[in-house]
This record gives sequence, C-alpha cells and structure tokens, in this order.
Amino acid sequence: MTELTHLTIEDALTGLKNKDFSAKELAEAHISAMEGARDLNAFIVETPEIALKQAEESDKRYASGDAGLLDGIPFANKDLFCTEGTQTTAASKILEGFVPQYTSTVGQNLADAGAVMLGKANLDQFAMGSSNTTSAFGNVINPWKASDGKDLVPGGSSGGSAAAVAARIAMGATATDTGGSIRQPASFCGIAGIKPTYGRCSRWGVVAFSSSLDHPGPIARTVKDNALMLQAMAGYDPKDSTSANKPVPDYAAAMTGDMKGMKIGIPKEYRIDGMPDEIQKLWDQGAEWLKEAGAEIVEISLPHTKYALPAYYIIAPAEASSNLARYDGVKYGHRSKDAETLAEMYAKTRAEGFGDEVQRRIMIGAYVLSAGYYDAYYIKAQKIRRLILNDFEKAYETVDAILTPTAPSAAFAIGENEDDPIKMYLNDVFTVTANLAGVPGMSVPAGLDANGLPLGLQILGKAWDEETVFKVGGVIEEAAQFSALPQTVMSKAA
Amino acid sequence: MSLDEQTVRKVARLANIEIQDDDVDRIGTQLSGILQWVEQLGEVDTDNVEPLANVVNIDLHLREDEVTDGDCADKVLANAPEETQGFFVVPKVVEQEG
Repeated sequence: MTELTHLTIEDALTGLKNKDFSAKELAEAHISAMEGARDLNAFIVETPEIALKQAEESDKRYASGDAGLLDGIPFANKDLFCTEGTQTTAASKILEGFVPQYTSTVGQNLADAGAVMLGKANLDQFAMGSSNTTSAFGNVINPWKASDGKDLVPGGSSGGSAAAVAARIAMGATATDTGGSIRQPASFCGIAGIKPTYGRCSRWGVVAFSSSLDHPGPIARTVKDNALMLQAMAGYDPKDSTSANKPVPDYAAAMTGDMKGMKIGIPKEYRIDGMPDEIQKLWDQGAEWLKEAGAEIVEISLPHTKYALPAYYIIAPAEASSNLARYDGVKYGHRSKDAETLAEMYAKTRAEGFGDEVQRRIMIGAYVLSAGYYDAYYIKAQKIRRLILNDFEKAYETVDAILTPTAPSAAFAIGENEDDPIKMYLNDVFTVTANLAGVPGMSVPAGLDANGLPLGLQILGKAWDEETVFKVGGVIEEAAQFSALPQTVMSKAA
Repeated sequence: MSLDEQTVRKVARLANIEIQDDDVDRIGTQLSGILQWVEQLGEVDTDNVEPLANVVNIDLHLREDEVTDGDCADKVLANAPEETQGFFVVPKVVEQEG
C-alpha cells in the first residue's frame, strides 16, 4: 500500500470507504508526519488530540454509513480562521493567547463534512506578505530546497498551509487570498490552490485584513482535491453580508477534460519586463496543451493590468487600517504593561503587538484615508478598480477563461526581497487583478525551472464560474504530469 | 514627494501606533517610497469612472429586527486582558477633581 500521507484526498476517501484503512490510522500517519517536519515551522499550534478525536468519530460514521464529503481527511487550518477553544493568532503577537469562543463558518463547514483538523497553520502576520517572513512565530520553510541547499520561502501569506500540503503533512488546507495569498504559495510549493469568486466562501470568523478583497479558499495537491475541498467550504452564510445566496455546483463533475469550443485568452499585458524566459516558455507550453485538447487560444488585452498593484496598495491598507483598529488592548489580545492613560495604552499596545509590515500598512491606510488625501488616493484607486473589472468583463465577452503564469519567479531564498517593500509586493503582479475584480483564479503546478523548483500556471475564470476554472485546470494538470516531490519529502522516504 | 517628520508623526497618531524618535526617518522613507510608487495611478484618466467599493452587486440583506444572539457575557469577556464583575477594565479615563 502507498504511504498514507502520499494519497490524494480523492484516493483517501476511496480507501476509507473500502475500509483499506481507518480515519484514525490516516490521522496518526499525518500527525507523525507533522511531528517529523517541525523544522518547516508550518504550524503555530498542533492539535493532534482534536485530530484523533475527530478521526474516531469519523470511523463511527463510516461504520454506520453516514460519512460526509470529506470524512476523515486531515487538513491544516490557516491560523486566520477562528477555532472555538483553540488559539487563533493571525501570526501576530497582538493576538497571542487569544482563544476564540466560536468557529469560522468555513471551518465549521469542513468539520460538518467530517474533515479532521491537524493544527493551525503559520502565515504572514495578518496575511500581509508574500514570503511568510512576517509571522511573529517564525518563518515557514519551503519543503523544496535551492540547489545549494539554501532555505527558500514557501510564498505567502498562506505559507504554512502550502508547506504542510506540499510536505505531505496535510492532505489539504484552508487558506485566504487577498492579493495572491493562495495562488502564489501554491505555485512556490508545487501544489494547487483556488481563490473562488468573491462571496463564494464566507468570511465570517476569518480574521479580517481587507474585507472587499479577502477570499477564503482551499489549497491541496491536485485540482480534483481542490474541487472536493471547495465543495465543502463554500456556501451561503447569512452571517457574512457579502456571502452569495447561490447554489454551489458540483466542482469535481465539471472536470470533464472537454475543451472543444472553448476560447482561452492570453493577456498581452502579462508579458512583463524581466520575466524569466522559462516562465514565458511554460506559459506558451500551457497554451499549447490547451490547444491540443481542443481549445482555441486568443490574444486578449487587459489594459489596466499595470495599475492593479498600486491600486491594491491603496485599497488594501485603507481597509486594513479600519479593520485593525479593533486591536486596542481593551477586549482581547495583547495589552501593554507600561501605559498609564487609555491613549497611551492604545498606542503602546499596537506598537508592541503589530509587526513592522502590519504597522507600515496601517499607516499607509491612515494616510490615504486622511482629510485632504481621500479623493486623490482612495477614490482614485476605487476608480482604477472599476476599470480593472471592466477589463475582465470585456475580455470575458470573447473568452471563457484566461491563462497566465501564477508568479513572476519561483520560490526565492529567505531574506531576499526584504530590502524594499515594493520588490516584495511585485510577487503578486499576476494574481492581484483577480482580487480587485472578484473573479476566480487557480494555480496549478505545471513544471520545474532550471533549478528544479516548481512553477505554476494560473487559470482565471468568470465570476461564479469556478467550474470552467476546474475544467481548464484539470486539463493543464493532466498534460503537465507534475510528479516531482520536494527534497525534504524525498529524503524522508529514502 | 517625501513625508516630513510632522506628517509621519501625524500618521502614526491617526494609526494610534507609538513610534520611537529614531524610527521617524526610516518610516518616512518607506511610506514615501510606497506613496511615490502609487502616484503612477495619476496617468490614468478616471474622470467619468464610478468608484468601485465592492464587486458584489447584491443589495445588503436586511433581517428582522430581533434578538438572535446574546446572553453570553462570559464568552464576551473570556479573552479580556482585565475584567471585573462583568466589565472590561481600562486605565482611568476621567480624573477626579480635587
């Protein structure tokens, strides 16, 4: 029998149904993998006792024939999703010790589907980052290694989620994507992840960063596994005012492989200066695969693409400065010990509790929202956002989906891109447009670069049409036959 | 454009974050760098463009005005840094006269 931690979710569900192994055995295998890979720092808190208890209940459901959609599947829960009774920190000192009294809707949906929680995955602090180096609980290490053996970043902000899934610690993970935080780490770690349409997954109980841009979604190793995860996570939630009251389609069933009559757009503005040749080549190869499968490839234009990142770095900090105003040391979280007045308590608590990048973004937000600058920055950025949405709507009059690279590079070394915040921000150049427009986007592992590091291709779809994204993603996955394993996984297997 | 010391201190005050004197320069340089970078949005003509606050074109759902939650003071206070008799405790806000 294949090692249990190497199974896909799809195959593990079959194995559980056939009683080839129990949910408890599956949980134990993953708990042991989690313990064996602590050097990756993928988890802030491990919850093996919860996993074992949930697995035992899962086995009872299999015995009585009422197993749920993901019954017995061990997953990592990004530490941005509130978990009743288990510390939730957003990877910030300001929330260290915070124990939620409720569970996020997405987390509850997974629990209701029978999924088994292994622990709370590390992330960039308040999901602000592209390298998982802003966590107050240490960097996450990518299970893939540079050829010189150097430690690489897993991407961010969902770096712990991506590292855990790639390292065969978890079969899937919850994640969130505000500017690329599901897709870029998925690309860096050689796995798949989808940011669904805005409103598809409830944001209730997820620590807020930028409410109009935050998208919960899954990370898993295959496209089909993402379909199964999203199926369980998605759905209407009256507790989130922007949750859509729409039926959730059968995503796995959409993966027919049939590309006949489909038009795929290649946006010319995504050919940016300085993009490595091998990423351009992989992109061309992806288009060729889709063409061979029967799709028509069309060059399209998304003219406002280059303005997406600067608009994002006005809108996201503005919303963050408002959302993070709640961390003041009064009701929960860190409170400064050396403040005498209430005003001092606020200012010291926030200075001690928030990391540098979080403080930077709150201050940018406060600046662009302040009197005299609101129109010039914030309203201007919202107008650019409208133009970016218009670009997509116009493109989708002629194409069914869009193919792009996920990120402009493979995983980089820890410490790189740290000297200048804007250099780090550029990681999200291909992903951030979909957050501003709210359309679904998925990263699928498609190849290795010259250094043996994974590269992903991104499929963007129309709003509410994740089905096409899964269908196209499935074709790319089938053609790419990506089977390489991270070095840390290979050395453990040897 | 570069943020002067006064502006940096004002922004920190608006953000309610205490900053150290020797950090003012560093913060000013970083914020200026980001603000200069976003200036490129000025190249785009947006005169007749409606701002977009949220991509969801749904009317916010109104529910009946009735109690749906509550009676859980213990839970509300469970993570309080300091609490007493069902209240959050903060440093003294109003000074007593005399």
